[in-house]
Amino acid sequence: MKLAAIKQALAAISPLAIEQTEYAGKGFVLDVKVAADQVVEAAIVLDKEDFFIEAVTGVDWLGEKEALKKEAEKQAAAAAAAKAKAAAEAAEAAGEEAPAAPAPAPAPASVPSEDVAPLIDDLEVVYDFNRYDQLCRVVIRTRVPRDNPEVPTISKVYPGANWHERETHDFFGIKFIGHPDLSPLLLPEDADYHPLLKDFTV
Amino acid sequence: MSAFAQSQTNETFVLNLGPQHPATHGVLRVKLVMDGEYVVEAEPVLGYIHRMHEKMGENRTWAQFLPNTGRMDYLHALAFNHGYVTAVERAAGIEVAERAEYIRVITNELNRISSHLLWFGAFVLDLGGFSPLLYAFDDREHILDLLESVTGSRLTYCYYRFGGVYNDIDDGFLAGTTAFIKRLRDRMPMYHNLVTKNIIMMKRLEGIGPVSAEMCRKYGATGPVARGSGIDFDLRKHEPYSVYSEFDFEVPVYTECDSMARYMVRMDEIEQSMRIIEQAVAKLPDGPFMTPKVSKIVKPPKGDYYNAVETARGSFGIRLVSDGTNTPYRLKLRSPTFSNLSLFGEASRGMLLPDALALMGSLDLVIPEIDR
Repeated sequence: MKLAAIKQALAAISPLAIEQTEYAGKGFVLDVKVAADQVVEAAIVLDKEDFFIEAVTGVDWLGEKEALKKEAEKQAAAAAAAKAKAAAEAAEAAGEEAPAAPAPAPAPASVPSEDVAPLIDDLEVVYDFNRYDQLCRVVIRTRVPRDNPEVPTISKVYPGANWHERETHDFFGIKFIGHPDLSPLLLPEDADYHPLLKDFTV
Repeated sequence: MSAFAQSQTNETFVLNLGPQHPATHGVLRVKLVMDGEYVVEAEPVLGYIHRMHEKMGENRTWAQFLPNTGRMDYLHALAFNHGYVTAVERAAGIEVAERAEYIRVITNELNRISSHLLWFGAFVLDLGGFSPLLYAFDDREHILDLLESVTGSRLTYCYYRFGGVYNDIDDGFLAGTTAFIKRLRDRMPMYHNLVTKNIIMMKRLEGIGPVSAEMCRKYGATGPVARGSGIDFDLRKHEPYSVYSEFDFEVPVYTECDSMARYMVRMDEIEQSMRIIEQAVAKLPDGPFMTPKVSKIVKPPKGDYYNAVETARGSFGIRLVSDGTNTPYRLKLRSPTFSNLSLFGEASRGMLLPDALALMGSLDLVIPEIDR
């Protein structure tokens, strides 16, 4: 099975992004971003291609959107300043010559289009797959909003995902819809906290 | 399955195995639904020694996490050391001194042998044979002495550093290693005569505890469990890290899928590890045991990375996410036995309780590594 064929099979479910990564630097060869409701489809594709499940885990991106917004604002401010400066120079120059070329448009900073509503950060769910017969590590990742983290379970495709998903639920509170039993696996049985969330304090 | 498996009344009872039971080798509890002597359902209950190493990782620098890695799999701690340092070296782009790579291989394989020897003794103990444990511990003691002389500890090693190792090995260590290999080589036939060819042992293991290749794939089983099911998968060959590609060794694979196959894989692996060590000792290059001028403060560039190594129990993977600072943003530890144990519920269904215990022993469980 060639990497290209796997890539094609995964592309068939029209993921959000599919990227071939450099193994030596990253440790995996295919990085696939999917929507939350596509993870089961992706798992079915990989199951058909004889992949085994390595792990499921989460990453909390608390504060990421705020940081991105600030970065975008900073960029926009810098661009505006540059534009103003260029305009001033152009005006100066215009005294002698014809108007100079218009100042370069500000970089299309991805200014968030949200209103004043608070930004909801994401929880990322990461699935690692690998093969027994050749080196081909594939990462499937999806993002869900922090205030309602819900992903369908892949434990019906890969029974081994059962514990990995339970663990991810323990640590991040991500709900795997359709999972047979999300009771705490590693945490105490009455645990109602999720320690790997970045805003968790003891 | 005999007629006993299905009693007329369909009456079952719950049997609690552990968390303090000699056969579970640590604090693992298994909730068994039994029909007479037969297992109807087995549900491992984990978490008795969960320490949240992953959160600890987020609260200390990259280097400060090193001692934690030796405290997960206490039987093959150096492989966990290795997995972590190679993961960070990959992320931060740190070169490893060549001599250090060889030292890592030698110590890692010694540790693998000690892990397999302990498993061997404990496994036979599970099956009711006491004396092999004493022989295995006798041999294992030599390894602990050797490793203590270079690492300073006997069990929870913290020997590898980013870019090399903490301490160089000397001629005494090399001579001791060579002498030990000779000794163990001489003793392996004894182990096989004593245990492998023992009729009771064979009756207890052959054809018992089938784990199919397909089940391995669905549950993500790796290591000797997968190799006992006919899957030729060893990261040292499959995804060669460190200098493993330099050595001539075989990956033992058995297709019987039973507890005996898993036993044989590990016994053969001891021989292969000895081969690797011999070659590494012969080829050991001179030079520094640490890359000069590795910055004390490691800051891998932003991004996420994956790295896995082959431990005595299977592939130990680390997914690390760096935000470019001197502490990890996220450190996922994928331990092999966690996945290997997850198939126990399905594999043990319908088995006699003593056979299920043999199956559990053949999975080679190390609880602190499952619970992390």
